[in-house]
Amino acid sequence: MESSKHFNALLKKEFLLDFRQQHSFFGILLYIASTVFVLYLTMGDIEAATWNALFWITQLFICINAVAKSFLQEAKGRMLYYYSTTSPVVFILSKISYNGILMIVMNIINLILYTAFLGNPTSSFWQFLGISLIGSLGLSLVFTLLAAIASKAMQQASLMAILGFPIIIPQLLLLVRLSKTAFSEIFRDGAPAQIILLLLALDISVVILAMILYPFLWKD
Amino acid sequence: MKISWWKILSIVLLAYAIIGGLLLPVPELTQLGETIRNLYFHVCMWFAMMILFTFSVAYSIKYLRTSSFQYDIKAKAYADVGTFMGLLGYSTGAIWASYTWADPNNPAYASFGSIMREPKLIGAAMALLIYGAYFVLRSSIIDMDQRARVSAVFNIFSYTMLFPSIWIIPRLLPSLHPGQEGNPALNFNDIDSRMRMVFYPAVIGWTLLGAWITNIKIRTEMIREKNIL
Repeated sequence: MESSKHFNALLKKEFLLDFRQQHSFFGILLYIASTVFVLYLTMGDIEAATWNALFWITQLFICINAVAKSFLQEAKGRMLYYYSTTSPVVFILSKISYNGILMIVMNIINLILYTAFLGNPTSSFWQFLGISLIGSLGLSLVFTLLAAIASKAMQQASLMAILGFPIIIPQLLLLVRLSKTAFSEIFRDGAPAQIILLLLALDISVVILAMILYPFLWKD
Repeated sequence: MKISWWKILSIVLLAYAIIGGLLLPVPELTQLGETIRNLYFHVCMWFAMMILFTFSVAYSIKYLRTSSFQYDIKAKAYADVGTFMGLLGYSTGAIWASYTWADPNNPAYASFGSIMREPKLIGAAMALLIYGAYFVLRSSIIDMDQRARVSAVFNIFSYTMLFPSIWIIPRLLPSLHPGQEGNPALNFNDIDSRMRMVFYPAVIGWTLLGAWITNIKIRTEMIREKNIL
């Protein structure tokens, strides 16, 4: 009961913060817009496979930028305040949920911009949307814990990429592969469902690991 | 000088692996020829790397449980030597691939683009990149306690993410690499019984050698950090 109250308060605080300090939220929006615009100018006409690969790479960079801010903007004093008032598990769960929601919003915006500028080669738009939502949720989970790790070190932003890229490779491969179903590629029976299950299992294991490991990161 | 039994065992097994590996009979396969003997060196490096990384993670867990600084030194040393073994695995693999996989009509480096896409190589690259990131992370934290704690957390997290990937990726991508079904080299049908006689001792020998090198690294590090332990 107590912890769910804390959770709600922390989650509410994240959204309030975004509402009040709009620069960070709009910063990411601008980041997406300018990335897609640069791609539009440099790429011209692109094939479906390239479109798919570019989409996921953009998604990865958006995720790093969006998730990194959630820990970087926490001042030292504020962390001390959290430390004295709430538990680490509740804290990391609130961060995970916030980043997940943020990434889903960013994902939808990214997909809209992609469709507007680079066209949409998918044969089934809604299917691709669903896959990309699963994917962005998974990315945000992994990078939330990595942001917590990187926030303890110097040069946090570049460190996030170094720590994250090798770990995210399998998920990214799975996602690129899965999104081919939306490009009407024929799959073996049950293969897409298997990949989705694998991705969900990875997500769950990341959340469990975050709950186990974050308490150790938290004390200074 | 005191030499414990497992160090002697390592010397004996490695001597056997090198002499037996080069002289004992091997199956004759047209593609591989005598390069098949590289199995005793190349595959053993990966085994040793994985075992050393597992030790590193075990010490990281121990560190988080006890906060005793010596476990941090051990975790770091095992990760160091594991990475070294991984680099050796890559170089032995590159030599092997240049005789078997590379396109003979072109210079060997021209086949690089298609070879690096191999699932096993992706897994290996992931492992090395992760431990490279581990060292970068360590060097970017100044406070000692914090460095030990944060790097232990990263070590455990990345290791637990790495292992599912090593099982997942090969099932996603096509491969030339042997051991496509299931786990490579553990499958009894994969490997000729004559080769098994050398292969398993060689794995143990190389792993023990890795542990020996780590042991020396740990001891020198302990002496260097004597006043804070």
